[in-house]
Amino acid sequence: MPDDLNWAIGGEAGDGIDSTGKIFAQALSRAGRHVYTSKDFASRIRGGYTAYKVRTSLDRVESVVDRLDVLIALTERTINENMDELHDGSVIIYDGERTSMQDVEVPENMTGLDVPLKRLAEEAGGAIMRNVVALGAACEVANFPIEHLDSSLSKRFGDKGTAIVENNQQAARLGQEYTTEHYDHAYGYDIETTDEDYVLLNGDEAIGMGAIAAGCRFYSGYPITPATDVMEYLTGRIDQYGGKVVQAEDELAAINLALGAARAGARAMTATSGPGIDLMTETFGLVATTETPLVVCDVMRAGPSTGMPTKQEQGDLNMLLYGGHGEIDRLIVAPTTVSECFWKTVEAFNLAERYQIPVFLVADLSLAVTEQTYPPDAFDMDAVEIDRGKLVDDDEIDPWADEQERFQPHFPTADGISPRTLPGTDGGAHMTTGLEHDSLGRRTEDTEVRVEQVDKRQRKVETAKTEEDWSSREFGDPDADTLVVSWGSNEGPIREAMERLAQNGIDIRFLSVPYLFPRPELSDAVEAAETTVVVECNARGQFANLLEQDVFERVERINKYNGVRFKADELVADITDLVRPQEVTTQ
Amino acid sequence: MSSDVRFIDFKSDKQPTWCPGCGDFGTMNGMMKGLAETGNHPDDTFIVAGIGCSGKIGTYMHSYALHGVHGRALPVGIGVKLANPDLEVMVAGGDGDGYSIGAGHFVHAVRRNVDMSYVVMDNRIYGLTKGQASPTSREDFETSTTPDGTNQTPVNPLALALSSGATFIGQTFSSDAQSHAEVVRKAIEHDGFGFVNVYSPCVTFNDVDTYDYFRDSIVDLGETDHDPADRDAAMERIMEGGTEYTGVIYQDPDSVPYEQREGIEGSMTEIPDGAPDDAMDLVREFY
Ligand SMILES: Cc1ncc(C[n+]2csc(CCOP(=O)(O)OP(=O)(O)O)c2C)c(N)n1
Ligand code: SF4
Ligand SMILES: [Mg+2]
Repeated sequence: MPDDLNWAIGGEAGDGIDSTGKIFAQALSRAGRHVYTSKDFASRIRGGYTAYKVRTSLDRVESVVDRLDVLIALTERTINENMDELHDGSVIIYDGERTSMQDVEVPENMTGLDVPLKRLAEEAGGAIMRNVVALGAACEVANFPIEHLDSSLSKRFGDKGTAIVENNQQAARLGQEYTTEHYDHAYGYDIETTDEDYVLLNGDEAIGMGAIAAGCRFYSGYPITPATDVMEYLTGRIDQYGGKVVQAEDELAAINLALGAARAGARAMTATSGPGIDLMTETFGLVATTETPLVVCDVMRAGPSTGMPTKQEQGDLNMLLYGGHGEIDRLIVAPTTVSECFWKTVEAFNLAERYQIPVFLVADLSLAVTEQTYPPDAFDMDAVEIDRGKLVDDDEIDPWADEQERFQPHFPTADGISPRTLPGTDGGAHMTTGLEHDSLGRRTEDTEVRVEQVDKRQRKVETAKTEEDWSSREFGDPDADTLVVSWGSNEGPIREAMERLAQNGIDIRFLSVPYLFPRPELSDAVEAAETTVVVECNARGQFANLLEQDVFERVERINKYNGVRFKADELVADITDLVRPQEVTTQ
Repeated sequence: MSSDVRFIDFKSDKQPTWCPGCGDFGTMNGMMKGLAETGNHPDDTFIVAGIGCSGKIGTYMHSYALHGVHGRALPVGIGVKLANPDLEVMVAGGDGDGYSIGAGHFVHAVRRNVDMSYVVMDNRIYGLTKGQASPTSREDFETSTTPDGTNQTPVNPLALALSSGATFIGQTFSSDAQSHAEVVRKAIEHDGFGFVNVYSPCVTFNDVDTYDYFRDSIVDLGETDHDPADRDAAMERIMEGGTEYTGVIYQDPDSVPYEQREGIEGSMTEIPDGAPDDAMDLVREFY
């Protein structure tokens, strides 16, 4: 990829790694460059190490690669952790005056830049700015105009006052100047800037922004990685639109609070991760059977149990499809990119109200924490449409009342969708219950009414199946022999892998599935392909199993469940291995 | 709403299936009176009911209502109220629903102090499941699942509430129709979380905490010089063993409901047809 640069900063948790990484990523974005970030909470040895990685290019970037060009190493361990990705000509910026770094040996095939980060930071006003000194050094290495870093620093520190901003800008300059003075500029990583206008955000933020755009005004949640960012994004912002974020005492309360708000007539949402989904399952059936429109977001992380809280996995699919006792009607949408996190959130709210049904909005850790650049019109607010479904006002109640003038919230209509009155609507008062109920919402055990209500709720889903578009996102060569099917955040790495596979003469048809229930009809595609392979981040192949059931055919599987997202590199190797096994020599 | 609402307007046409003599009849009458006397209308009222004999109340009353999952009525009620503060919200359930499976929510609902009311029909037994020990059952109370008594200290819901920062604590006896309705009315009128524990006897499964027992041991605080604004005095009454006090035990005259503290201005139910006008600003924030 032209003008590609892979950059990282790593150190101990608490070293301000995330915030420094984000500042650099924002500077690149403001310089009109595409950015794709990933966070390494990884440890091959023991806890404490953390890194923030930035891949930047003039073209869109959709994946991380196994390659590191410039590394700011705050600890010796950062170098060791990344040895596989460092290569001939990598540049390592470190502070040789730091006691623990004095014995650092940069491998001979790489360039070590020993920059007195702490000393220069103190010169600029405080040791706390040593990471920013390192960013200045990185600007010199990449020949990246420092004004963009200035601009990012003022965004980051602007509300702390001009003095702090200026000190940081000075710290960056000292780092840049020191590097220029002491080392020859012969790194080979000069990057360009453009006039393109980009915004930089992650999937959780896109979900939060989508919720506000869609008219969500009530959010309740209980903090959990990696869903907390949704809650933090909405806190304060949703207030500006008359809404509120409520921190619940647990996820049982979170979903019931949201359910209450939804019954009152607000667009409401809760977001959590696997352990919270477990608790919320108690109330799913109630939401569904009372036909309450609600968006429940699951940002998946590695399970089971507490699992690996900061690691990638797509292991909740079966839970989301089948979780809960009895037969629960639900819809499941699953965005595949950061911008789709926004659009699918909007869609989830419309589906929820149109069909008066719980909608699962499913993302994964990779989507949630990846910061990605987009042109602002990728989030064109004018294109947001809101459909509140069959809301009925005071003067529209009559046709829906029984002979005793009682409103019927569960009236079994032809399309299965009943009229809905919001509390406060005159003449619309009604109850509803998690017990099987009649059209009035009152408990019943009448066998005929039971069947009528079960059928009615199912009919709604059938209506949704025919009325809505549940198709896949299609990429690549529609006539290719090899069909790749995937869901969630794998779309990015797969698309990048496809480009390289095409260069090697392997054409791929790729269907990225953004709806898990109902889901696209894939029989014809699987039928037409010689080989179908499902790529997903779990061990058991939950989507692959589902697809096999759907199409009555065996499919190949590529599964990853070590907690790390797919990389384009490994997908190129894995897919080649499946399609042309004799050609794979190295990986 | 107009003051011509009668308490009977809050009654649905569904005939209660409670056992004849069940305390819940009286409890419900008081709730309907309280709602009518405070000028509420069924179309502007939301009742959330727990699961239990007590939870059937949502069916027997007429209003907007949800009968939900066992133990989770309080968070539902809070969600309704925060989303539309113009509604009158009342949550009702049993002692098992509120102090056992829902105990966590009880503590936090009290702390949050949303302007709503919570009526617990405390019969010191699990009625609906036919007579097992409840969290308020006495230590030596023998049931099918506790043949030698519970051997646990009963929960003191009033103490739990007070120590969690309650701003209104009332206790009533379902057969004292007038004073029960009056305390419920005050709980509704209270600016904050109006909590009322109602002695609502189960005539079928509890032969200890009977009408006779309560009649003999109740002291109506309204007839004493108890000052509900005096928190220490309230604590003393609540911790005292042996006497069953009724009336308003504690009320913080300076209570400010959560929604007011949080600056929730009005209903969240009205939204535009598309994204808010200035929504592109949200995108620009990420520049
Ligand atoms: C999760 C769950 N567990 C158990 C039950 C069974 N159950 C229904 S009501 C109840 C106890 C009710 O006791 P209480 O709240 O005191 O109400 P009462 O019937 O005495 O009015 C139980 C255990 C249930 N419905 N849901
Ligand atoms: S079992 Fe007890 S609580 Fe239930 S209805 Fe009968 S008397 Fe009332
Ligand atoms: Mg009980």
